[in-house]
Amino acid sequence: MMTDILYIWSESPAVSVAVWLVITITVLYFGRPHAHQLLRNTGRAINGGMRLAAASIRQLEERVSQRNRDVLLAQGREETERSIEREFTRVNKIVERDLGEYPSLHRKLSDTLQKVEADYHASTAEAPLPPAWSEVARTIEALPKSGDPQVIKVLENIKSAVDNSHRETLKAHQKNVAERHKILHGMQPEWRKLNNSMEKVEKSVASLEDQSKAIDRHMASYESIRKGDDKAVHALASSSLTQFFIAAIVLVIAAFGGLINFHLIALPMSEMVGGSSYIGAVRISDVAALVIILLEISMGIFLLESLRVTRLFPMIGRMDDRMRKRMAIAAFTLLVIFATIESSLAYMRDLLAMDREALTQTLAGAEVAEAQFRWIPSIAQLMLGFFLPFALAFVAIPLEAFMNSLRTVMGLLALGALRMLRLVVRLVGSVSNHVSKMLVSLYDLFIMVPLAIERMVNRIRDDHARYRSEGGITGSHGRKDKSAKHDVALKPREA
Amino acid sequence: MKRNHELNHLGKLKRVMAIMLTVMLVACGEARNHSRAVFVLIDIHGDYASEVEKARTLTNYLLGTLDSGDSIAIAFIDNSSFSEHNFIARADLDHRPSVATQQKRVVSAELNAFLERFSVPSAHSDITGGVLLARDFLRESGAAHRSLFILSDLEEDLMPGMKRDMSLGLEEVQVVAVNATRRQSDNFDPDAYQRRLSHWQERVEESGGQWRVATDLARLEDMALLRR
Repeated sequence: MMTDILYIWSESPAVSVAVWLVITITVLYFGRPHAHQLLRNTGRAINGGMRLAAASIRQLEERVSQRNRDVLLAQGREETERSIEREFTRVNKIVERDLGEYPSLHRKLSDTLQKVEADYHASTAEAPLPPAWSEVARTIEALPKSGDPQVIKVLENIKSAVDNSHRETLKAHQKNVAERHKILHGMQPEWRKLNNSMEKVEKSVASLEDQSKAIDRHMASYESIRKGDDKAVHALASSSLTQFFIAAIVLVIAAFGGLINFHLIALPMSEMVGGSSYIGAVRISDVAALVIILLEISMGIFLLESLRVTRLFPMIGRMDDRMRKRMAIAAFTLLVIFATIESSLAYMRDLLAMDREALTQTLAGAEVAEAQFRWIPSIAQLMLGFFLPFALAFVAIPLEAFMNSLRTVMGLLALGALRMLRLVVRLVGSVSNHVSKMLVSLYDLFIMVPLAIERMVNRIRDDHARYRSEGGITGSHGRKDKSAKHDVALKPREA
Repeated sequence: MKRNHELNHLGKLKRVMAIMLTVMLVACGEARNHSRAVFVLIDIHGDYASEVEKARTLTNYLLGTLDSGDSIAIAFIDNSSFSEHNFIARADLDHRPSVATQQKRVVSAELNAFLERFSVPSAHSDITGGVLLARDFLRESGAAHRSLFILSDLEEDLMPGMKRDMSLGLEEVQVVAVNATRRQSDNFDPDAYQRRLSHWQERVEESGGQWRVATDLARLEDMALLRR
């Protein structure tokens, strides 16, 4: 059909193509202003539409950004509130524990001080020997020995009595001093006690000072968050991303732990619920094993929730302390029961594996060998079965961190996607505008021959008009005006 | 603020529940039948009787592969194979793995006992009768995957007066010719062996079955014959 149309003018392909080309170029030449208008308008319309779309995306982006900011600030506020609460609880504990005993401590200190004072007074030394004693002794000593024997004897007796008195007094004084030393020695433990009590008070005060510094720090951070500072928002975003990645890594590790746990109990489960029944493409025994593991994780979550380690369920957090304690005991008991069940299942798995191994050996015609140290993997499986549920119970902590940080990460991802979309939309608009301009030029390139002819004709006409005007031909104002009008009309086309 | 916090948590809880519900709905589809049924036919006629020991290898491989809920039966091909008397052992493996292991031991012991007491080969070989016997067992098992292993040289030699030119009715049954050995007479006419194989392939495929040949027992595992 197309070939028939092609050869409508001549049987020669070259002639036919040439005729069609001439016709096309002529048609395009005459339709040039409309085609230009169509192309440019389309380009501008697409560009305008895209700019509009980009503006709406920008608005959405701002809303998402604001939402992210709000979420981050709310999370940060909550976190800081919790930290401050925790610090105050610690301060309260210190005050209750150490400073609560302060009156008794004070009484003790005052008693000790009174005792020490009394001892001090008791230990004050009495006046030493009067110096006159020695004077008298020296005077008697200095008296001449060659006098009356009776006098000498009396003096000797006096000297001896003085000496005796002096010795006795000295002895009494020494005894007295020894007693005071004893009293002073007895004061030593009291001093130590006093010192210890003072050190204890000092420690408590120092600890309180540390806590107050931490509270100050948290309060500053809280204030910054409350004001909505950019610095605080950036810090929170960075912390949230770090939390997200760490929590994700820990969750992946926990998932591997769960997988090991699953393999540990899937086979023995088939002994309980049957190994030939399926739900879809999954064995019921596998589903049962999975349910047991999920129940263990749930019990772990409830346990940590009731211990207020995590706050995934506000309902549990709102319960009164007695109820929470009961719940924690119940969750822990169930966890222990599950761990015991799993441990026995793990042991059963070992027995089944051994039985299967024995059958395989029998079928292979080999002697069933008694494996040495076979008890080691048995015990290992038993212990693994018991401890893995407890390890999995702690998954609640990274789960909470993951869930909390997920909101921020999702928000950031949405923001990134919106930015990318805006960029693409702007790019499409801009490219379509340029493409329309390019198509206009291409259009003109295709019909360059008639355009060149048009330009040539215009130039000749201009030259002719100029020649006529320069040649002084008068009375042709009307004509001149007409020619000028024509020039003006042609100019945009040339352009 | 506290209320907002609670609402957020409630939202999270709803999301988690929705995901769990979706997973459960996907998982709780229609219960599918995954069980397998296997029938082993052992030819004990003429020259092929010397190959019966291969039955032990094949059965041991199959017993090692089957699981709880699967079925297995072993029978021999003699003069007239379409009878209960031809069963050597049969078992529907229990859903408990420990009991299934015990059943496998019993099946293996029964086959061993048969092989020990076997001494006189049969004069004729009623392969079609054995196949019909297997067909009935496989149908009754209701298994999703049914396989028939024939340990024979595929040379049928019927007793006079026996009618065996009926359809085998092997829809959805995988028939595996194991250890289909060449006979002495094939030396004179090598095409005869190929003709025998083609004849049985045609018969099996005409009756809706799937035909496979495993000349080497060691390659059974590679052929993935007992896939679920």
